[in-house]
Amino acid sequence: MLKIRNLDAGYGKLRVLKNISLHVDGGEIVTMIGANGAGKTTLLSTVIGLVSPAKGEIFFLDRDCRKLNSQHIVAGGCVLVPEGRQVFATMSVEENLILGGYVLQKKEGKKAVLKEMAHQYELFPVLQERKGQLAGTLSGGEQQMLAMGRALMSRPRLVMMDEPSTGLAPLVVRDIFQVIVRLRDEGNTVLLVEQNAKAALSIADRGYVLETGKIILQGPAEDLLANHDVQRAYLGREKIE
Amino acid sequence: MSRDDLEQLQLERLQSTLYRVGTHVPFYRKKFAELKVNYDDFKSLDDLRRLPFTIKQDLRDNYPYGLFAVPQRDIVRIHSSSGTTGLATVVGYSRNDLKNWSDLVARVLTGAGVTQDDVIQIAFGYGLFTGGFGLHYGAERLGASVIPISAGNTKRQIQIMQDFKTTALVCTPSYALIMADTMMEMGVNPNGLSLRVGLFGAEPWSEAMRKEINEKLGIRATDNYGLSEVMGPGVAGECEECNGLHINEDHFLMEIIDPETLEPVAPGEVGELVVTTLTKEAFPMIRYRTRDLTRLITEQCPCGRTFNRMQRIIGRTDDMLIIKGVNVFPIQIESVLFDIEGTQPHYQIIIERINHNDQITVEVEVNEAIFFDQVRKQRELMELIKSRLVSELGIGVNVKLVEEKTLQRSLGKSQRVVDRREL
Repeated sequence: MLKIRNLDAGYGKLRVLKNISLHVDGGEIVTMIGANGAGKTTLLSTVIGLVSPAKGEIFFLDRDCRKLNSQHIVAGGCVLVPEGRQVFATMSVEENLILGGYVLQKKEGKKAVLKEMAHQYELFPVLQERKGQLAGTLSGGEQQMLAMGRALMSRPRLVMMDEPSTGLAPLVVRDIFQVIVRLRDEGNTVLLVEQNAKAALSIADRGYVLETGKIILQGPAEDLLANHDVQRAYLGREKIE
Repeated sequence: MSRDDLEQLQLERLQSTLYRVGTHVPFYRKKFAELKVNYDDFKSLDDLRRLPFTIKQDLRDNYPYGLFAVPQRDIVRIHSSSGTTGLATVVGYSRNDLKNWSDLVARVLTGAGVTQDDVIQIAFGYGLFTGGFGLHYGAERLGASVIPISAGNTKRQIQIMQDFKTTALVCTPSYALIMADTMMEMGVNPNGLSLRVGLFGAEPWSEAMRKEINEKLGIRATDNYGLSEVMGPGVAGECEECNGLHINEDHFLMEIIDPETLEPVAPGEVGELVVTTLTKEAFPMIRYRTRDLTRLITEQCPCGRTFNRMQRIIGRTDDMLIIKGVNVFPIQIESVLFDIEGTQPHYQIIIERINHNDQITVEVEVNEAIFFDQVRKQRELMELIKSRLVSELGIGVNVKLVEEKTLQRSLGKSQRVVDRREL
């Protein structure tokens, strides 16, 4: 679904991503783990078209993304749930969702938007309870759910999530991750960028480890969980054997 | 999996493998620096050609642990090469490596038609040799019933084969024939056994030998390939078509090079197999020169598997005999012998240098019946073998007929060639 080859990207003279190759197949959760500043957000920004790549190839559904603007990439079925939720604070929950359905409405009309909204309410019941409330007054976890619901409103083929667990209580993180698993089980494809390596690897099918702009390890998520280098660097523990 | 998807996966795995060997293995760090190879700029699988080869001597120079890419505490298994051609070498496995190894061997077993319903008798030596444990864990992973009998004690092997209703046999091809002979001696009818499939490897063998095994044991003999330096068994294996070994290309990258020029041969040409591991954690190998000669088959296999195949090993660059300037592979001689009525699958090739002249003598066991018969028949057979060998090899060969069971038997890899020249 998503195929990236030898990607270099950065800001000005700063080369943040160095020769990155990765792929995401339909129906899987792929996680990209790495410390602060490793280049995770830059990677997602490059895929969605906010940062233009210096070198390399990005193919989404066999279309070359380097030639497309962000709006076309989103319309093509690739969405980003940004870091720190970025909900429209002064708008209601429902208005946020409707904005997310902009692409869908253009394609299939208003009915489809309403239907999709009902689906989001079913996925996140708390959003329905608070549909008239201003988004800025929601708790962190609820805002994260709204950001996800807003992204899903366009019926994307690939959902990219940037650090959905940031600043959330462990119990809320668990809920969010359960929703991600459910999305996958319903046939969605997820690229999940996380610092919370343990949580991300425990729900993902495959993973990549990004360190200072390079992919240093990749493989099935369970193999990465068992890998001592990953344990030492990201899971904060090492089994003494 | 489409070719493009596979190449994407191979590239990703290669890039992270290069990063790991470049940072964790001093040998590769040094070599990359010498050749000014920057693995950051590694853009396509073709860039592989810029990387240095690794040879057996490198493994020996770094004996025992010098090429390991993870700390000792991450190593959960150590094996050693069988040392067919000299000093042993040491290889290590992490927990993930063992898991992948089991999965890949299970894949090879499945390809050969083995299922969880099979009773599999593993007559490879258990121990430092990767064959026994490799097949063992793969067969368990598959869910087959494993009989870890190990090599040797042929009569007992056959007894157990009868009593335990073995359906799949794992051993070297030459040992399979020894078993067949022993069955005859014991008066056991192979057709009365449950045995139906065999997975043979660890030494080169021929198509003629396969036919012989199939007929004598009443099974389907399949070939599989591996070497301890890159993992052990599980690198490639035949499907039920028995026409080339499917390479586990998601874990190994294969190149075929000309052993003289070290350049890639034309697609489909015979050359030396060079292997790069893509997922090994503990003991990654970059462009390991196997010394095995084969060619790649890229045509789609009727079985539906999309992985490319390699032809069965047709010889080794280092067992290639040069006799009177002619390249001779022992396997060529074997093929001729197998095609001739009255000879036994046991033979020995003796090379001597007499008055600066290379002489090659093939000693071959013949049926008892021929020794009881007239001298004339013996001579006829000898002349037949001689003329066939001459036309196959293009050089004169001495042939000596010997009685059955006079040549030395081996339970593991056979020593078929005795080179008495002092080169």
